Amino acid sequence: MRRSVVPVLTVVGFLLLFWYAAAVWLNAPWAYNKAQRAGETLSFSQVVADTWSQKKPRLPAPHQVAREVWETTAQKAVTSKRSLIYHAGVTLSATLLGFVLGTGLGILLAVGIVYNRTMDMSVMPWVIASQTIPILAIAPMIIVVLNAVGISGLLPKAMISMYLSFFPVVVGMVKGLRSPEAMQLDQMRTWHASRGQTFWKLRLPSSMPYLFTSLKIAMAASLVGAIVGELPTGAVAGLGARLLAGSYYGQTVQIWSALVMAAVLAACLVGIIGLLQRVMLRRMGMS
Amino acid sequence: MGWIVFALAAWALGWLLNVWLARQPVTWWSSLAAPVIFGLTLLAVWEGVVRGFEINQVLLPAPTAIAARIGSSADLLWADFAQTVLKGALSGYVIGCGAAFLIAVAVDRFPFLQRGLLPVGNFVAALPVIGMAPILVMWFGFDWQSKAAVVVVMVFFPILVNTVQGLQAADAMQKDLMRTYAAGYWRTLLKLRLPAAMPFIFNGLKIGTTLALIGAIVAEFFGSPIVGMGFRISTSVGQLTLDLVWAEIFVAALAGSAFYGVMALVEQRVTFWHPSQRN
Repeated sequence: MRRSVVPVLTVVGFLLLFWYAAAVWLNAPWAYNKAQRAGETLSFSQVVADTWSQKKPRLPAPHQVAREVWETTAQKAVTSKRSLIYHAGVTLSATLLGFVLGTGLGILLAVGIVYNRTMDMSVMPWVIASQTIPILAIAPMIIVVLNAVGISGLLPKAMISMYLSFFPVVVGMVKGLRSPEAMQLDQMRTWHASRGQTFWKLRLPSSMPYLFTSLKIAMAASLVGAIVGELPTGAVAGLGARLLAGSYYGQTVQIWSALVMAAVLAACLVGIIGLLQRVMLRRMGMS
Repeated sequence: MGWIVFALAAWALGWLLNVWLARQPVTWWSSLAAPVIFGLTLLAVWEGVVRGFEINQVLLPAPTAIAARIGSSADLLWADFAQTVLKGALSGYVIGCGAAFLIAVAVDRFPFLQRGLLPVGNFVAALPVIGMAPILVMWFGFDWQSKAAVVVVMVFFPILVNTVQGLQAADAMQKDLMRTYAAGYWRTLLKLRLPAAMPFIFNGLKIGTTLALIGAIVAEFFGSPIVGMGFRISTSVGQLTLDLVWAEIFVAALAGSAFYGVMALVEQRVTFWHPSQRN
């Protein structure tokens, strides 16, 4: 862990340098254009200074994004529509609801698939095929249709998150519930354990490492689903709405700050699951 | 009422058929027939429910209506398919996978970079990269180039991480053997480490197929010429011609499955030696 800190920081630093350089390169034409119309000639340092401080740059410099994030999180009331925390909260609630629904559905399907041969043969291939369908593509339709039947607000977005997040859970749980070896299953049989006891005392505990790994993937997928689910609702609220509004009005700094917020959110959510995993597995004596 | 009975009967029949199939010894045709029967059952239930409850065609078109729409607007669907999948997704997929592969091989020579890049790559792979779409559309314009760029960004990190991991898959004994053969870096790379990395690389390539389609379609929501699957989906939703939307979804699902299937087939050919391929 510790020995990778320096390399990671180096890579991140390198990426930041690259970002600044790219900002100069992408924003320079606009800076020259402005200077030409004003009848000035720019020195190199003036160009660089200009490209890092434009109002609507093609690529905002990292410090511009950082300032925007700071202004829209710390300096605005949480309830304000301009607060990024408010929008992140809207996205977060849809993400979590979809995640919980998807995890529940995934675990139920996995139990069915492990215990029922018919389901294993007929449903499992469709679970896999369901993910080759670019579900995000039909997000707009799901939202319009659910709106038409009177379901609006959180649930339509959560449905999309659910569809994206149930898949890793099914695959991981099927693997996990089947992970006990034949010897362990035989041991349960010699103890005359019922099917229910085998499930609760052997199969479920031994599936936990698999479950947590899939939960991390499911959480990331769920966030993507919630963000894309916000696009067709007409940019009302949420990080996806910020992206769309920013792209309509050319507010690149706003787009990037929404992206940074989404990244922070993803990192936090996945990190929390990772923490839970460590605590849980240690208490179960599995780490 | 008749249609609801039809739906219930179709469900019962399909399920019983599959229960019967599951009791038979497994052959290749029964493992193929079970999911097909399940799919057909779902279609029949869908048709029965839509007709039985007289659900408005605007909300949920029946499968037969969708099939009719696919037949009547095949030209339109083909044009959208060519724009989104052939131009946007495929070119982006090739560029993204190629670039990620080359960079992974280059990074592999420097353990320092590798230790730094793997956590960062894993982190970025978990981010909602799709959010880059509006920015890239702004940079590369409305046509397929911007869609290809979104696809490049989306497939890049999964492939990079998988390739870097795969290049470490060859174990010390095998590398020692290459050294006793006096094989240099390039020969070891070509004859041992790349083949050993193939299962990992194909894992990334398969993940990339779905990401590529999603990226190309979603990027069109942020601006596109008046052709393309994402454009058609978002405008048809606005016009409430949902049968056309479902037709596009059908094409997308077909393209996605075919894309994935082709990669899986190539994988089978390339990594025939791997335990997971030898049943």
